[in-house]
Amino acid sequence: MNRTTFKTISLALASLIGGLVLMLHPSATSEMPPSPLFWLATILLAVLAVQSIRRVAALDGARIYASLTAALFGVWILYFWQLLVVVFEVPKVLLPPPSLIAQSIASHWPTLWGDFVQTVLKAVLIGWALGSGLGFAVAVAIDRMPFLQRGLLPLANLTSTIPLVAVAPIAVMWFGFEWPSKAAVVVLMTFFPMLVSTLAGLKASGKLERELMFSYAASYSRTLLALRLPAALPFMFGALKVNATLALIGAIVAEFFGSPTQGLGFRISTEASRMNMPLVWGAIVVAAVTGSVAYAVLVQIERRAAFWHPSVRES
Amino acid sequence: MGTMTERAVKPLTDRLAAGLPVAVMLLVVLAAWYAGAWALNAPGAIERVLPQDGAWTWQDLLQATMAMQRPVLPAPHQVAFDFWSSLVGWPIDSPRNLLFHVAVTAESTLWGFVMGTLLGLVLSVCIVHSRTLNRALLPWIVASQTVPVLAIAPIVLVILGSLGFSGVAPKAVIAMYLCFFPVTVAMVQGLRSPQVIETEMMHTYAASKWQALWLLRLPAALPFLFPALRVGIAAGLVGAMVAELPTGAVAGLGARLLTGSYYGNTVQIWSALVMSALLGLTLTSVVALIERVVLRHRSQP
Repeated sequence: MNRTTFKTISLALASLIGGLVLMLHPSATSEMPPSPLFWLATILLAVLAVQSIRRVAALDGARIYASLTAALFGVWILYFWQLLVVVFEVPKVLLPPPSLIAQSIASHWPTLWGDFVQTVLKAVLIGWALGSGLGFAVAVAIDRMPFLQRGLLPLANLTSTIPLVAVAPIAVMWFGFEWPSKAAVVVLMTFFPMLVSTLAGLKASGKLERELMFSYAASYSRTLLALRLPAALPFMFGALKVNATLALIGAIVAEFFGSPTQGLGFRISTEASRMNMPLVWGAIVVAAVTGSVAYAVLVQIERRAAFWHPSVRES
Repeated sequence: MGTMTERAVKPLTDRLAAGLPVAVMLLVVLAAWYAGAWALNAPGAIERVLPQDGAWTWQDLLQATMAMQRPVLPAPHQVAFDFWSSLVGWPIDSPRNLLFHVAVTAESTLWGFVMGTLLGLVLSVCIVHSRTLNRALLPWIVASQTVPVLAIAPIVLVILGSLGFSGVAPKAVIAMYLCFFPVTVAMVQGLRSPQVIETEMMHTYAASKWQALWLLRLPAALPFLFPALRVGIAAGLVGAMVAELPTGAVAGLGARLLTGSYYGNTVQIWSALVMSALLGLTLTSVVALIERVVLRHRSQP
């Protein structure tokens, strides 16, 4: 670690400690009206924060500095959100401070856990697995039927421009208010991306490799298993990742259309209409963390499954 | 030369060969729809429409399932009829006319799309020119792609509602932030796509940052921008429709879907669904058309 790096990291740490100290001031918890000195300290801290982020961003070398910048930025955003919302006494309906959101998550944890189970573990997971699985199965099934492919592919591509989630009212009518109706919406939304990507992936193996398999007199299924499906993995994982987000959106929005008295989407829409905003934000935090974790898990699985692929080896 | 001229000289038989599988597929879907309507509506028809003493033939059953009042699955011609009669049977400003709802939804989608695109363009230019923003902000924007940001829509509605905004503004804001993310990510990628040799040439011409942006980076980014715009306008449409869901909204395709499901009016839901699909297709194909016009001189797609 050279001198500049050391100075930069010190500055960042110093400003963070300064931030902690300012948090201890009674004005920061709105026990006292802010004094001019408090304002001065806040402005100074803001300048320090911006400076430290700029300095850390300017650091060269290790990749960790890039993530460090983003993390530092995130921390400061949260910090000033908390500080300014409390000091200016912004109404909770407009923007609750992060501490209140965290409190609300902690105190409503059983409720939110129930919502998580209802929406994510039932509707999203089952819908995502079914939709992606069906997309994959259909793609492999029509692999040898170019006529069907040419008929299905243009239609499947078009579905990305259609607000598919709008079938939610019909799903509710057919499958009831419980999670099967949400899972049905998710199946519909995840099916087409997986179909399109798998079909594209099955065409991705190189001509040389396919000719090699041919010269080995490998059968169709042997070529599929040993060459074409592995070559399609990156495409399939791409679709699985997109589908994870789509599935969450689908399930949550489908719950806006009608749901049992549980579920993240239900929680968001009912608590929003009751103006209980900290809990709404809490439910959104749960959804956001779920989305990010799902993505990270899929990336890890992809690294294990397609470790040989250039796109994985490079990173 | 451009793809348009190639497409124009393509023989008619080729086009037919490409269109035939799609047409066959559509026919299969239509047939499956009719079969599904028959199968799903049969129990209800036997219970409610047909004479209770069992004195009916299969033709009666078929007829009954195709013309139910509140079918489980309306037959395609019922939807088509409802769709058509809502278009021509009412004045354009009547809430019974689907075009009225389309106009409401399209208005907020387009406003949001324009604002979100502008915001995304400005922000991506800033990110490309600032190392700090690039390292501090971009990771969060990219990460937001894995998060169901549409879930924030009710919060936006509450916030803007308590600030006194109503009507088109909250819906446009939701459509805006949904458009904004993909446009920003794609534009950052696009603005960085010029190769070192090209940026160095701009440098040797003593081109200013703005000239390099205008003459090199922006044109190079266009092929990245348009796919993002197509994604963005589709996402914006979903956002605008979701924004119309909360109780009280009376206009727009989302509200139409919701009232349809409140009153169990399945035919109305289906025609609203068909209409929103058409709106989505129209909006995306308008963007695709602009793309073809703007990029007509590029040899590569």
